[in-house]
Amino acid sequence: MTDQQVRIDEALEIEATRASLDSVHLEGLEIQSLTQWQLAKRKFLQHRLAMTALIVLTIIFLAALFADWVAPYPFDVPNVPDRSLPPTLEGFHIFGTDKIGRDYFSRTLYGTRTSMYVAFIVASVSTLLGVVVGGIAGYYGGKLDNLLMRLTDLFLTLPFLAILLVLSSFLGAGNPVRVAFILAFLFWTTTARIVRGEFLGLREKEFVEAAKVLGASDNRIIFRHILPNTVGPIIVNATLTVATAILVEAALSFLGFGIQPPFPALGKLISDGQDSLTTQWWLATFPGLTIILIALCINFIGDGLRDALDPRQRVK
Amino acid sequence: MGAVLADTAIGYEVQDGQSSNGVLEVQDLKVHFPIKEGLRRRVVGYVYAVDGVSFRVGHSETLGLVGESGCGKSTTARAIIRLVNPTDGRVVFLGQDITTLQRRELRPVRKSIQIVFQDPYASLNPRMTVREIVAEPLKIHGLWDDGGVDRVAELLRLVQLSPEHGNRFPHEFSGGQRQRIGVARALALNPRMLLLDEPVSALDVSIQAQVINLLMEIQEELELSYLFIAHDLSVVRHISHRLGVMYLGHIVEMGTRDEIFENPTHPYTQALLSAVPVPEPRGRDVRERIVLSGDVPNPADPPSGCVFRTRCWKAQDICAVETPPLVEQFGHLVACHFAAPLEILPATGARV
Amino acid sequence: MTEPVLAIRDLVVEFDTPDGVVHAVDGVSYEIYPGETLGVVGESGSGKSVTVLSALGLIQMPPGRIVRGEVIYQGRDIIGLPLDELRKIRNKEIAMIFQDPMTSLNPVFTVGNQIAEALTAHNEKMSKDAARAETIGLLEMVGVPNPDRRFDQYPHEYSGGMRQRAMIAMAMANKPSVLIADEPTTALDVTIQAQVLEVMKVAQEETGAATIIITHDLGVVAEMADRIAVMYGGKVVETGTVEQIYHTPRHPYTLGLMMSLPRITGEMKRLLPIPGNPPSLINRPPGCSFHPRCRMSEGRELCRTVVPDLISGAEDHPSACHFREEVADELLREAAATGIAAHGGSLG
Repeated sequence: MTDQQVRIDEALEIEATRASLDSVHLEGLEIQSLTQWQLAKRKFLQHRLAMTALIVLTIIFLAALFADWVAPYPFDVPNVPDRSLPPTLEGFHIFGTDKIGRDYFSRTLYGTRTSMYVAFIVASVSTLLGVVVGGIAGYYGGKLDNLLMRLTDLFLTLPFLAILLVLSSFLGAGNPVRVAFILAFLFWTTTARIVRGEFLGLREKEFVEAAKVLGASDNRIIFRHILPNTVGPIIVNATLTVATAILVEAALSFLGFGIQPPFPALGKLISDGQDSLTTQWWLATFPGLTIILIALCINFIGDGLRDALDPRQRVK
Repeated sequence: MGAVLADTAIGYEVQDGQSSNGVLEVQDLKVHFPIKEGLRRRVVGYVYAVDGVSFRVGHSETLGLVGESGCGKSTTARAIIRLVNPTDGRVVFLGQDITTLQRRELRPVRKSIQIVFQDPYASLNPRMTVREIVAEPLKIHGLWDDGGVDRVAELLRLVQLSPEHGNRFPHEFSGGQRQRIGVARALALNPRMLLLDEPVSALDVSIQAQVINLLMEIQEELELSYLFIAHDLSVVRHISHRLGVMYLGHIVEMGTRDEIFENPTHPYTQALLSAVPVPEPRGRDVRERIVLSGDVPNPADPPSGCVFRTRCWKAQDICAVETPPLVEQFGHLVACHFAAPLEILPATGARV
Repeated sequence: MTEPVLAIRDLVVEFDTPDGVVHAVDGVSYEIYPGETLGVVGESGSGKSVTVLSALGLIQMPPGRIVRGEVIYQGRDIIGLPLDELRKIRNKEIAMIFQDPMTSLNPVFTVGNQIAEALTAHNEKMSKDAARAETIGLLEMVGVPNPDRRFDQYPHEYSGGMRQRAMIAMAMANKPSVLIADEPTTALDVTIQAQVLEVMKVAQEETGAATIIITHDLGVVAEMADRIAVMYGGKVVETGTVEQIYHTPRHPYTLGLMMSLPRITGEMKRLLPIPGNPPSLINRPPGCSFHPRCRMSEGRELCRTVVPDLISGAEDHPSACHFREEVADELLREAAATGIAAHGGSLG
């Protein structure tokens, strides 16, 4: 048996199994058939990694959101008697303190909160922009599509860092909200691509054609028929955008751009602690670990979401 | 166009001597899809999907349109209902030329002509409830507020579904039930005509009969006209009053149901009737056996003259030069230089 | 009494799905004898395809599961066999063709190459030239025009009907003793289907292979089969010769099918559909799986409670119905309603 034949055989087995299962599902033969959402929800709940990540992330985010109550110390108040402490339970300095006695657990919490704000703004604005641009391009096609896609390409070629620098110095640097909006203009292009693809595909579906034949307006078709069926990929993409945004923001503030003091930023915390890596290792490490943990969690959740919403994966 | 109509007048005899004032009249319809290539999207050729099709459908009548894949029957329907724009020709519905109407002018016409699609799984929005699906036409045309709920219940009952099913989603129903939902939606606005694009092809055999019976009952009750597109000749024989056989964008033969099945004169029709497997042992042995050679030509590059000539055993030189017109021969319309009757199937009622 | 080439005995196959256990194949038994064509007829969910796919080890386990049963080929049960042995049998002795020829044809190799490989894989002594010559012969047998030129073409350069022929050629290359065709012509146009069915008949004659044709098309099976097994809800409900099934059906489902088919000869004045929907394979109806849709089961306790076995009556014509003797009368009643000719419990 040649390799080629073995490979065909294996593909055959997968195909045969899938077709057999499809023939059962397709006829609506189950009495308790679930909607796509219910199925997705169930699949997600069964995805252990994603569920764990979701729980961890929720804890982190809640702690950060309520930093004002959770943090034992304020963000930026020196406390010289307690300076340069390694992580210790005394005084609840579990992430240690820096040269002037600022508690790093609190600093990390506040920094995380900023990251959260930025990430959510980036995700919402870029998703909104992406959906609008991608939707219009995908639905109307033709010249409009061409134009919008060239616009998207333009954004992709922008030297992003340089622009951020320039804009920061002009628009008053450092404010997380401003930084978030600028970042959003980087991220919307991916969403636009995805949404455009979905719209192009759904536009040809028979239920959309049926709506056209009924005399439905474009508005109705877009909002009632196509958009509700694209929510899945949009959500997955938005989730991943959040993770990427956190990482990008951290990188920027690490480099000294983006968010500036007095606003707390995880990246800045890392860069502050960079020089004392050998002597006071905790200063850079904990903020760094936090970033990694958050990004990992979001990626696992994204995986879980993607698997849950994937219509091909029917079996446990 | 006047000449064409005169020639085709003979095919319009409708059962029970009803008036032959067409509900739908299609005149020399053409749909050519441009093939674009390159960066500048230059047009390098055309797909001649529908290339000069004419017919009429009368009141309360079913015209069947049969042919194999690529013959243009689906495209014809989509051009009539303006999902695709005709390249040439005219579509006259209820006396009104709707060929080039813009979207806004077309809207009121939509109330009178609707379509049922082939795929019961793709033709219903999976995110809408059955009630929302059937109610949508009413909402679009401002007929929902006044008794819309009752109307939806009435429609569901008409297609033999229970009104309680309204709260459920399409995926909870079988293929046959979904097709009924599609029919209910199509009937919501009280149309005069339904285009049915392979409505039972995707259904199991035991369910097909349910939907066929339903369609025939509804036709009688509501006096609807149907354009019934199918590739399954047995189904078409059962439901149609008249039918047209299509090949590569042309109608090659058209007449009443019995004329076509008992007295086919076009070689393609004959081959088609010969090829259909019948559920009867030895059914093939007692039938005239015609097996066509070769494959259907590329619709972007159709043969000159008669498009069927590349697979026709009667083809002569003239067939490559002169496109045979669809004219009356042997009592009905056929487009062939060498049309001749050949009994493929025995007369109705006898066993094969 | 000849021995069957392949015998499936009491096969039970289930699938684990998030919605529950699917009882896809529920105690299916049938045999095929040398040189004959067996038609396995059923609709979606009848289990007709899953039966042979699991018999040949083509279903992934999990989520599939063979609960019990045997598949006897040449005296041994092939169900327990290790995968590589099963694969050897699958490609040489029991060949399969599918609805979509692209499942067996690799798009990146030429068609001729693939068929030739199928030959040399089982015939190490065969030279490349000999393989090429034999392949061209096979392509000719299946009616591919210009076979020596077509040898070097890729699957995408073939039309749908030709690909199907190529798949038949590949299946027949090693002269299998059994050919299993799963909906071989369902995706093809009628005129192409006629061509491909012709080819299948020729191939069968040339190689003497026993053929199992699995389809939902009652016309195709009438044309091709000698014997027929009718499947419903994961079970075989009736078996018999082709004449028996079409002229004297002895199961209400088979009868129902005959009465609900429009005929191209126009003999049905009315169609008598089978009411209801196909059964759920997860929550099966108790007793006879057809009873919710069966006109003959009205008010009958037995149908609702006891699963009927597939047993023969007086004639050698097994049917899984408690009231198989009454089907003949029901046939007359329904024939009268639909206008199809019938007398003495026989159609036609």
